[in-house]
Amino acid sequence: MPAVSMTVNGKAVTADVDSRTLLVQYLRENLRLTGTHVGCDTSQCGACVVHVDGKARKSCTMFAWQAEGAKVTTIEGLAKGTELHPMQAAFREHHGLQCGYCTPGMIMAAIDMVNRKGNDLDETTIRHELDGNLCRCTGYHNIVKAIAAGARAMA
Amino acid sequence: MYAFNVERPATLKDAVALLGKDSEAKLLAGGHSLIPVMKLRLANPSMLIDLSKIAELSGVKVEGDTVTIGATTTHQMVANSKELLAAMPALAAVPASIGDPHVRQAGTIGGSVANNDPNADYPAACLALGATIITSKRKIEADAYFKGMFETALGADEIITAISFPVTKTANYQKFKHPASGFALVGVFVAKGKSGVRVAVTGAGANGVFRVKAFEDALSKDFSAKAIENIKVPADGLNTDIHAPADYRAHLIGVLAKRAVMAAAKG
Ligand SMILES: Cc1cc2nc3c(=O)[nH]c(=O)nc-3n(C[C@H](O)[C@H](O)[C@H](O)COP(=O)(O)OP(=O)(O)OC[C@H]3O[C@@H](n4cnc5c(N)ncnc54)[C@H](O)[C@@H]3O)c2cc1C
Ligand code: FES
Ligand code: FES
Repeated sequence: MPAVSMTVNGKAVTADVDSRTLLVQYLRENLRLTGTHVGCDTSQCGACVVHVDGKARKSCTMFAWQAEGAKVTTIEGLAKGTELHPMQAAFREHHGLQCGYCTPGMIMAAIDMVNRKGNDLDETTIRHELDGNLCRCTGYHNIVKAIAAGARAMA
Repeated sequence: MYAFNVERPATLKDAVALLGKDSEAKLLAGGHSLIPVMKLRLANPSMLIDLSKIAELSGVKVEGDTVTIGATTTHQMVANSKELLAAMPALAAVPASIGDPHVRQAGTIGGSVANNDPNADYPAACLALGATIITSKRKIEADAYFKGMFETALGADEIITAISFPVTKTANYQKFKHPASGFALVGVFVAKGKSGVRVAVTGAGANGVFRVKAFEDALSKDFSAKAIENIKVPADGLNTDIHAPADYRAHLIGVLAKRAVMAAAKG
């Protein structure tokens, strides 16, 4: 069993895990950070997106040991105390969710999008960049609005 | 998923030695083809040899008439290379059509070319551009490398280290995406380079990526969409599945080839 050490939401963590343990399993089952979701077993839905060394990654499609030494940020690591991250606040303000299952992945993907593409995102860019995140409730309309507003608020 | 051991070698030499010792071992690059099939228990390697610690395998180099892309260069790194964009815009544009942003931040060119998925994009680019697959043992021409669906000329203990492409300006890739998976239902890469005109098709062939000789001959005489307008690609040997019948795929090959020629000719 490989020993893994990484930083999750600013905290150093270490554990012995089975080599098969996916990063998402480690986050949810070992660390009890259940905000990161699993929506598929084909690496397509994006409910599991977290940031690994600042890049959006599907945590269902990497092993925990691949994050050895990495800085991992999950949805739980965004807010400062009771103050929501601007992207979270924008999803609330613009009603960018219904059941909420896809939301953590959407928000992590949205922040990654801002990191790569800047704060001024048009609708076409947002829709295109959301290729890897599926939502079965909202029809995406308010998610797109929320991301545009959140991106501006992050400036 | 079945149990396996993990090795994370720091050098190519160590990786080759590990791979040679265990016939059930598998290399792990971006994991975006391998991990999903391991989850489905369709692959059960005894050992995963992770290539991510071998720094020399990653990066894009443009030198003279040749572009060389290291095996573990991610799709995103290829898409972001300004040098590549200037030297070979058609190749630089390929990764933008692969999967989604998260897939592109993980998946690698070497993994894609080693996997040779019949609907993948890079195999078409390699075959049309006359790429050379450079391995830990030898150099393999693309024409001799792609052997069939998920089959390549790679030996069991062979590692792709890089893929090199002759700089080709007149080229274009057109992809008809499967709306759910994002993979190519059909993709056509057209290139007019030093070794003539080459047309490669992915997504359609029952044996994976292939070249269309009739298009190549016609385009060598006249590099225009008109030149191939009346050439019908036979549906024999093309895939029929729930997504599309063979004759529809044959039709798409013609349509996409014409679009690719028009775009390539414009530059
Ligand atoms: C949701 C989703 C959508 C996708 N959409 C597309 C798409 O539209 N078009 C497309 O082309 N692809 C698509 N892919 C596949 C993606 O591009 C993969 O990343 C790629 O096919 C494999 O690269 P990898 O680095 O992830 O390889 P891995 O999954 O790590 O490895 C794949 C195989 O190659 C072998 N291998 C890896 N590196 C080497 C090497 N250097 N030498 C020898 N063997 C090696 C491994 O042992 C394994 O058998 C998609 C994947 C996902 C999950
Ligand atoms: S759980 Fe669906 S992509 Fe990770
Ligand atoms: S809000 Fe329900 S899946 Fe997106």
